[in-house]
Amino acid sequence: MSPEGPDLGKKKDPGEEPAAEGDTKLAQAESGDDRTRETISQILRSDHPAVVTVLAVICAMIVGAILIVVSDDATRSAAKYFTAAPGDTLTTGWDAVKNAYVALFEGAIYNPNGGQLLSPISETLVYATPLILAGLSVTLAFRAGLFNIGAQGQILMSAALAGYIGFAWDLPAGIHIIVAIIGGIIGGAIWAALAGALKAKTGAHEVITTIMLNYVAVFFINWLLTQTWFQAPPYQQAVSRPVDGNAQFWHLFGSGLRVNFSFVLAIAATVFVWWLLKYGTFGFRIRAVGSNQDAARTAGMSVAATYIGVMVIVGALCGLAGASQVLGEANNYHITASVDGGVGFTAITVALLGRGTSWGTFAAGLLFGALTAGSGQLQASTPTPPDLVQVLQALVVIFIAAPGLIRLIFRLRRSKSAGSAVLAKGWNG
Amino acid sequence: MKLELRGITKMFGSFTANDHIDLVVEPGQIHALLGENGAGKSTLMNVLYGLYEPTEGEIVVDGEAQKFNGPGDAMRAGIGMVHQHFMLVPVLSVAENVMLGDEYTRSAGMLDQKKARDVVSRLSKDYHLEVNPDVLVEDLPVGIQQRVEILKALARHAKVLILDEPTAVLTPQETDHLMDVMRSLKADGTSIVFISHKLREVRAIADTITVIRRGKVVGQAEPTASPAELAAMMVGRPVQLKVDKEPADAGEVVLGIDGLSVTAPTGQVLVDDVSLDVRGGEIYAIAGVQGNGQSELTEAIVGLIEPSAGRITLEGADVTDETTDKILGRGVGYVPEDRMHDGLVGGFSIAENLVLDTYDEAPFGNAISLNLSAISRNASERIDEFDVRTQSAESAASTLSGGNQQKVVLAREMSRPLRLLVVSQPTRGVDVGSQEFVHKRIVEERDRGTAVLLVSTELDEVIALADRVGVMYGGKIIGELPPTATAEEFGLLMAGQISDTKESA
Ligand SMILES: Nc1ncnc2c1ncn2[C@@H]1O[C@H](COP(=O)(O)OP(=O)(O)OP(=O)(O)O)[C@@H](O)[C@H]1O
Ligand SMILES: [Mg+2]
Repeated sequence: MSPEGPDLGKKKDPGEEPAAEGDTKLAQAESGDDRTRETISQILRSDHPAVVTVLAVICAMIVGAILIVVSDDATRSAAKYFTAAPGDTLTTGWDAVKNAYVALFEGAIYNPNGGQLLSPISETLVYATPLILAGLSVTLAFRAGLFNIGAQGQILMSAALAGYIGFAWDLPAGIHIIVAIIGGIIGGAIWAALAGALKAKTGAHEVITTIMLNYVAVFFINWLLTQTWFQAPPYQQAVSRPVDGNAQFWHLFGSGLRVNFSFVLAIAATVFVWWLLKYGTFGFRIRAVGSNQDAARTAGMSVAATYIGVMVIVGALCGLAGASQVLGEANNYHITASVDGGVGFTAITVALLGRGTSWGTFAAGLLFGALTAGSGQLQASTPTPPDLVQVLQALVVIFIAAPGLIRLIFRLRRSKSAGSAVLAKGWNG
Repeated sequence: MKLELRGITKMFGSFTANDHIDLVVEPGQIHALLGENGAGKSTLMNVLYGLYEPTEGEIVVDGEAQKFNGPGDAMRAGIGMVHQHFMLVPVLSVAENVMLGDEYTRSAGMLDQKKARDVVSRLSKDYHLEVNPDVLVEDLPVGIQQRVEILKALARHAKVLILDEPTAVLTPQETDHLMDVMRSLKADGTSIVFISHKLREVRAIADTITVIRRGKVVGQAEPTASPAELAAMMVGRPVQLKVDKEPADAGEVVLGIDGLSVTAPTGQVLVDDVSLDVRGGEIYAIAGVQGNGQSELTEAIVGLIEPSAGRITLEGADVTDETTDKILGRGVGYVPEDRMHDGLVGGFSIAENLVLDTYDEAPFGNAISLNLSAISRNASERIDEFDVRTQSAESAASTLSGGNQQKVVLAREMSRPLRLLVVSQPTRGVDVGSQEFVHKRIVEERDRGTAVLLVSTELDEVIALADRVGVMYGGKIIGELPPTATAEEFGLLMAGQISDTKESA
């Protein structure tokens, strides 16, 4: 077979291959120019995770476009006389798709004809912050072979604690916010560590326990929001008292833009997780336990202690997400039953998209944040339902989860770096 | 069926695992492949079985060039393979496993379980592959699981059967049985490609031998060639097949085991009141047929399982209840029996695997962070010292050949100051050249004053290395023999028959 020919569809079932094959033929190109071109085409034709992810996003947008057309009233009525004037259907369809994606872009990145220049970016970052933090939490759990479905509960508990410290305690500026953040970290860490301890000591599966702890957290918040020492007067709405000014994250670019210091925390957390997995001693243990428990135990690592330890960090990351929700402007400085903003479950998706790496998760969080920010503009300026955004998110994940599909569509070569290995192993325990 | 491989080349990236290999397997021939660890034997067989696509070259069956897109095509062409690591579904029965991938169905898509059972019984009878078609595979010992693999290939009418290191995990009795099976298959016209590092087996069964070194065929040999000749051909230099060692200079007791018992959760007694002492500077070997409690004994010593009774001491200190981490920290090296499962993290790089139990100690790291440059320096040193054949220290351990994986585990455990070395099946799957090296290292470790507890099912290895030998049977050490005892004496004890004269307290 020619070394450049598509390698695709050769194997009956690519999953059956015992090991990924590397077919890279880099060293051949003679001139430097040729080599660069060769390298680029290598990257584009390989199934490097970044390439697959970008292609998955493109595929999702194409399928999304079909859905936009189908759901567009104008296009549907034009389609009724499709045979008479097919051009009408095509133009209205094209317009619907174009308007929708332009609206998403304007809402998320840059809006040439509206408002403040940086406002869309600011919104994207505000939505991305908790997604990145909670996504990192799920990613880290994946690496230890744990499936953390409990981000929602961990965020709620941490938001409750951080928020309570924020409105009930009276501390000087500077100190107050730090104490509130630490409160959030502790709240999330304890909530996750509960699941970790149950797993370590009794073998209870973390998927079950974290889901159950989500319920406990939801009902606990609902109860808190009926307590006079928690609820905001006049006790009509299920809303907590507002967080004291001393405990609010300061805005990064003036109060006109909602983006605040919590985004800096998200960057710091990403660096931390990256460092932990690459250079950290505990990260080494996490990865070893996550990929071969028996070998880890034989090498003297305590699997139980690792589970508990990693869940503390996992919960702490969600704690930061909770703190950013309640101490930042995202939820108007109040605790409500929906203070988690549905981030807990989207975080799982973000982590999947991030493919087990910290910066991958960061990028995925930004993407999903942008989509969420864009959905507002979508609703405001087009007839396309804003639910499109969730459909797009789901589609991206479907394409990611089926890398074989992407390989098939784009005729990529299977390479050594091929790997959703982490994800495939994620919940094998 | 005549099988020819013509100019097969297989590259992994820029690394050539097979380099223009030609091989002819005549009908009804047992063709042995010999070669060092990482020579490319398994890779070549995976190409033949359609698992890898050759970079170059062709596979010719009865004069016709073939194109295999997967094992399905290879099977249809009459090629069957039993892998170094079995590929059975543990929760299915023997009969179900045999038909898996080629299910027999009755009308309306119902599985024809009866036919599957019949096929199994018929083939079992024809080739002495006795196995009950209705038991679950997970309940079978390894030797029998291997029979299931062979049955599976035969049920698909394999005319060429590839056996990749089939005897590495077998007891001597099972090996003898397998040889019989191979002979009856051969009598039936089936050709066999047989890979093994045990020269004795190869010489006993092969019709012809092809030797591969670093991906190239270096020559053919007759089974009448002496082991020394074969070894030299494989490795490219003369190999010392016998272990040189001085009599032991035993010192203080390092490992003391007193009345140790291990009970499975099911209540089965796996280790039964074992007492033994291993002194510094001696090699105490535990011989015996696999599955007589050896694994549990070693696991209890390093704290991986909790004994139900008894006491373990290390240089006088009671370590019965200590964690594995603490015990290893006292200068204990542990080479587990199953390297893939317990010894290595397949997804980790070789460098990382080489510090799997020292990653948090100087110089490789501290409580907080790793010292990546120290880790990679250590990796290049160990790779050189133990001659691990790999493209780079950053390659995943799972890409190593079987024997090289074993070398990584040995390199890790034997390159720090030890007081006690507990080593199970140290040369399983390791080529003769490296066996020589590993044996030398174990003896060196002994001469440095380390106590060595060796568990091996290879009688040759036990006799070559041990200063004292305990035979384990049914969870007990049923007798101790000097390594000079005859194979018959060992054989009787290993079969559980205690002769009155040699019995020890
Ligand atoms: N999937 C892979 N990717 C990269 N290199 C590989 C891969 N599979 C095998 N190799 C390399 O190819 C070489 C040959 O490996 P192979 O498993 O064929 O050796 P072998 O002769 O079977 O050795 P052993 O006797 O130890 O089993 C080794 O150096 C190994 O590291
Ligand atoms: Mg091999």
